[in-house]
Amino acid sequence: MAERERSHTRPRGAVFVPRAQVMSAEDVRRATTRMAHEIAERNRGLQHVVLIGLQTGGVGIAQRLAEALAEAEGATIPVGTLDVAFYRDDIGLRPVLPEAVTDISFDLTGSTVVLVDDVLFTGRTIRAALNALGEYGRAQVVELAVMVDRGHRELPIRPDYVGKNLPTSRDEMVDVSDEGVSLGELVSR
Amino acid sequence: MSAFPTHLLSMEDLGPEEITEVLRVADSFVEVGRRANPKVPTLRGRTVATLFFEDSTRTRMSFETAAKRMSADVLSFAAGSSSLKKGESLRDTVETIEAIGIDSVIIRHSSSGVPARVAEWVDHCVVINAGDGWHQHPTQALLDLYTVRQALGGGDEGLARLEGLRVAIVGDIRHSRVARSQIAAYTAMGAEVTLVAPSTLLPPSLEGWPVASVSHDLDAVLPKADVVSLLRVQSERGSGAFVPSLREYTAGYGLTARRAAVLQPDALILHPGPIVRGVEIASDVAELPAALITDQVSNGVAIRMAVLFLLLGQGPAGGALRD
Repeated sequence: MAERERSHTRPRGAVFVPRAQVMSAEDVRRATTRMAHEIAERNRGLQHVVLIGLQTGGVGIAQRLAEALAEAEGATIPVGTLDVAFYRDDIGLRPVLPEAVTDISFDLTGSTVVLVDDVLFTGRTIRAALNALGEYGRAQVVELAVMVDRGHRELPIRPDYVGKNLPTSRDEMVDVSDEGVSLGELVSR
Repeated sequence: MSAFPTHLLSMEDLGPEEITEVLRVADSFVEVGRRANPKVPTLRGRTVATLFFEDSTRTRMSFETAAKRMSADVLSFAAGSSSLKKGESLRDTVETIEAIGIDSVIIRHSSSGVPARVAEWVDHCVVINAGDGWHQHPTQALLDLYTVRQALGGGDEGLARLEGLRVAIVGDIRHSRVARSQIAAYTAMGAEVTLVAPSTLLPPSLEGWPVASVSHDLDAVLPKADVVSLLRVQSERGSGAFVPSLREYTAGYGLTARRAAVLQPDALILHPGPIVRGVEIASDVAELPAALITDQVSNGVAIRMAVLFLLLGQGPAGGALRD
């Protein structure tokens, strides 16, 4: 969960208290490199491939994947960012705010879009992202890359590229950054 | 987000944090407005009614465009063709609106305080003040702030530059709801407001107004101003009677080409519209790059989308946590 969103979710201003680190910075780097190779393997030549990072947790990972693809394949992959706040299905049910402005400066029509997020949980963010994506052109294929798949899906959505499958309980929190992945809880200050 | 009010009645209901939130959310709606299909499903199933008891072009169109771009259903209520003509009271009209199941009423009225009164009557309907008498016009002040922040670089950088900004509000302060909202908005963000008007167009007392200074000499204020915000001489509110003649008003307080020449090179000129060319602003001055009048109008849609989103789209706090 992204920092800004966390600050708007009850308990308001709660802080993430890590309990266990499940991936080190090195693990995250290796997983990124592996996912980049998987993306290149599945989309031979990487023609028409674009990466779209979901605001805010997926943005850095999308950037890192693009760098890994540049290094491994010598390919320059366009990177965009997408905020899905206006497409969520829980608007009016809980506080929802845009985290940052969407930035997709290229037409997606005909492209292979790899959506990138940090954590895949219920799948509702991805559902919203699929709807939002349609505003920027008709992608030929949409794939999904996540650093952590923590289970508990509420929609028929599955990732194509996964950094790590991490069994969690519903009330745990997963925190993803370049420094690694931690499992913990949100605690009110 | 801190406490965003249930209704938007006055700029004074919003602190710096809430204002910042509106401006930030508006950035996302500006992006929506740039798309080939500038529509999002955010307020699907919500119904918004505009209840205008006073003439308006831009505010009404702007609110209705904003609501439609968010997929809300919009009802346009014209006081002139309603049951008010048959003698129905405002209170009964409002109860009818609520019984129909409308989620938000956007009200403009020539009497100060009407939106606040309506807000006391409603149970679940969100009330938005689109201008009441001399009192307040909060979305106008918000879109002014947005436009200035945008001209100062946008984002957090533009926001930070609002601090200490020298703003001159020129014209009919006395009858202006826009001025009252602007003063609250600019000072909340740390800007310094100077009012410039003949004493007849100032309110009888400025006690408690958070303004840095008051001047009757526009020529002395202009070279030091970062933002010049002009107000219309409101003949429908009788402000014409407070000046000897419009010509004399222009001679003392109109932004003529000669006066615009003494402005700092990066000074900004704002006007809430409708502009009366040749009175408060010369036609040539309104066309200068420094004049942000059309930016104000286009930003108005995004600001009103942000306001509708923050008032209608939030729901009770404390839904399920998610990643």
